[in-house]
Amino acid sequence: MKKRLLTFLLWATSLGALAAPDPALVRQLAADDNSDKIAAIQQLTAAAEPGTAKLLQAMADDSLYVAGDKLYVYDGEKTVDALNGETAELPDGAETITVNNRLRGELANALAALKLFDADRAVRLAAARELQSQVGAELAGVLAKARDQEQDAEIKPLLALAHAQATLQDADPAVRLAAVNTLAEAATPAVKSLLLPLTEASGESDAKVRAAASAALKSIERSLAWMDTLAGIFSGLSLGSILLLAALGLAITYGVMGIINMAHGELLMIGAYSAYAMQSLFRAYFPEQVDWYLPAAIPVAFFAAAAVGVLMERTVIRWLYGRTLETLLATWGLSLILIQAARVLFGAQNVEVANPSWMSGGVELLPNLILPWNRVIIIGFALFVLFLVWVLMNKTRLGMFVRAVTQNRAMAGCVGVPTARIDTMAFALGAGIAGLGGVALSQISNVGPDMGQGYIVDSFMVVVVGGVGQLAGAVWAALGLGIFSKLLEGWAGAVIAKIMILVAIIIFIQKRPQGIFALKGRFADQ
Amino acid sequence: MSATSSVLPLPAGRVPLTLRVFAALDRKAWTALAVFLALALVVVPVLNLALPPESVFHVSAYAITLIGKIMCYALVAVAMDLIWGYGGILSLGHGLFFALGGYAFGMYLMRQIGRDGSYGADLPDFMVFLDWKELPWFWLGSDSFGWAAFLVVALPAVVAFVFGYFAFRSRIKGVYFSIITQALTYAAMLLFFRNETGFGGNNGFTDFKRVLDVPITAPETRLVLFGLTAIALAATLVFAAWLVKSKFGRVLTAIRDAESRVMFIGYNPLWYKLTIWVISAVLCGIAGALYVPQVGIINPSEMSAANSIEIAIWVAVGGRGTLIGPVIGAFTVNLAKSWFTVSFPEYWLFFLGLLFIVVTLLLPQGLVGLWKKVISKKQGAQA
Repeated sequence: MKKRLLTFLLWATSLGALAAPDPALVRQLAADDNSDKIAAIQQLTAAAEPGTAKLLQAMADDSLYVAGDKLYVYDGEKTVDALNGETAELPDGAETITVNNRLRGELANALAALKLFDADRAVRLAAARELQSQVGAELAGVLAKARDQEQDAEIKPLLALAHAQATLQDADPAVRLAAVNTLAEAATPAVKSLLLPLTEASGESDAKVRAAASAALKSIERSLAWMDTLAGIFSGLSLGSILLLAALGLAITYGVMGIINMAHGELLMIGAYSAYAMQSLFRAYFPEQVDWYLPAAIPVAFFAAAAVGVLMERTVIRWLYGRTLETLLATWGLSLILIQAARVLFGAQNVEVANPSWMSGGVELLPNLILPWNRVIIIGFALFVLFLVWVLMNKTRLGMFVRAVTQNRAMAGCVGVPTARIDTMAFALGAGIAGLGGVALSQISNVGPDMGQGYIVDSFMVVVVGGVGQLAGAVWAALGLGIFSKLLEGWAGAVIAKIMILVAIIIFIQKRPQGIFALKGRFADQ
Repeated sequence: MSATSSVLPLPAGRVPLTLRVFAALDRKAWTALAVFLALALVVVPVLNLALPPESVFHVSAYAITLIGKIMCYALVAVAMDLIWGYGGILSLGHGLFFALGGYAFGMYLMRQIGRDGSYGADLPDFMVFLDWKELPWFWLGSDSFGWAAFLVVALPAVVAFVFGYFAFRSRIKGVYFSIITQALTYAAMLLFFRNETGFGGNNGFTDFKRVLDVPITAPETRLVLFGLTAIALAATLVFAAWLVKSKFGRVLTAIRDAESRVMFIGYNPLWYKLTIWVISAVLCGIAGALYVPQVGIINPSEMSAANSIEIAIWVAVGGRGTLIGPVIGAFTVNLAKSWFTVSFPEYWLFFLGLLFIVVTLLLPQGLVGLWKKVISKKQGAQA
């Protein structure tokens, strides 16, 4: 209490003093006791004179030296007397002021507070953001001053919040009440934990403040729950779009053609390695345009995976049409060969695929709800691929032939559809789409020879739940599974959520073996 | 699709079970089985214990463990063949039943370590590591051999029954069934990978010291386990031969070939499929229980999708729908694996992958089918 009064007095006097840090306080920075040093830092900050920031920064950088009762700032080239700002010689035997972790934290806070007076808006904004957590009562004065000075509409509320946090333990109940009311407008988990102790008699003596805190807490909890759900739905959409990209190709090869392709995950891997190869190529030959490796990788991945798909279809799968169990085993064999080939070509270790710079960062929808760009772009990409597939299957001659062969192979052959070539092309299409999925995966997960194995169970689940022979089914199943898993993950943890989903699917298939969307009519019973 | 051509003539009327079992194999097969048992129970132990290691005929401990392990695999392969070769149901989840049997017996082996673990505590090391104070409820009775033996059979049976009942009742078949069995074993693997599940997380069970209070690594123990595995394999083959020739086996094969017709005649395929499915799972569990003490480790990777699919390839290589085929297949593939992983580790997956493709494309009846073809060609040439 006494100290606070002293702080106030010193602050009041320093207002009238010259615009330079109080020499007595500056000297105190070199005190033996850490508490004295902290007191000095706090008082200097509260005064917020020009030059204080430089001084404290020097202290944080270990370039503030003490010799006798003089202090010097030595930045490696020239020495400045810390008390009067004049150039000086660093005397022999000058020592740096020891700064331990506690002091360092104090200095960081103080420096952030001082930046609130910077002329640059961006600096002020960053400082205000930094002061959103763990603000001590000692900064209340300087925060109030900054808040009153501040004109910017974005920074002012942040400062008000910080100030409210700093005055939450104030002696005056009216001040505390004002602080609680200000905090009630911010819905963050940090504020929630700040307000929690105030709802009980042991943490807050004034009944009015307690009531206000309880009310504030309730509204904060409500909006936090909302934001959690929103964030859950977003990450569910994101997972769903990845599942969709992984499963779309499968929806064609399995759903439409009835081929169990266990090597589908390895086609994803080929797409991801295509992205890696393009990245290496761009780094080596076009280092200026390295960010463009990703768009360049998209066609490369499509055609690489499609080429492997054609090879697979022509050499192995062709001979196994109608024998699904054998197809399953043979394509498993293919997947083993592809995995080992990737190991031989690229090494057994995961390779690093970096996000292009335009994909890093995120868009802030609400405070606390930031959507990372890479996720947003992948959702968009999934929609784009979906659209492409839809157009191909429904608006082109190839798509019409594929549908015809699916419905009645013999009849399609009779009216002149080259069924064998259509099989190859449809399989290549499915493989190519898997390659596109691989490019998307390379942006958010590890790229390694085994990466495809993790998706094979998931993507089969999508196709099975969605219903065989249906693109719409795959879409709904992918999004549904994605959102469900993320929401379950929220309260059960990732592994249990995954197990619950798998068990739910197993039960679901018992009830509806034909999936959500079943083919109707004479082709349904195959 | 019988394994043998000539069957002993049976008297008319009601035949005692012993006689029917005896009639399951022909004379040649019984002789082969006797030779196999004599080798495993007499010759190998003598060659291992009585001969000095320098001798050419000495059978090393490594070889015994390897062959013992492969015999466990052969047992799994026969179990897989019963459901796939005779029932037409391809399971990609048999690794789960194998692992369940292994874990059930592994719990007993963990308790047999007693206070000899690295923490010297009554609890298994991994529980001490997790700071658990007492055994979870499902470890109750795990110190008793009898209970462990019961679990080895009961656990796979119950899991298989519950899963199979719902799956077959909804008439899930073909690849659908394969895929959901794969999902089942995948889910179980994830579950067992968690430390909190209480089965040692991704390290599983290892560092066993004793079984029935006898040191587990002693040469005599190893030979007893080896002999037991051989007996189990032989008994399974006799049982399977009897089963597939019984009326039950005939109906099962009929369901494989034309399920709708069998149903229209008046049989309910559900119970036939379910029975063979549970029998197959129990056999896998027994194989797992014999595998763990010999190999000395059980961990969740046994439940990975890849392992379960490998079982299918053993059967396919040997020849499904025959009983000797899976045994031949398990030995061929696993001996090749041991040789490859030592000599050319980077080519093993290429070889295995090619094996999958070549067998499905060119050898649908496996090695046994190839052998039969060669024989019949020779006979055709002679005639």
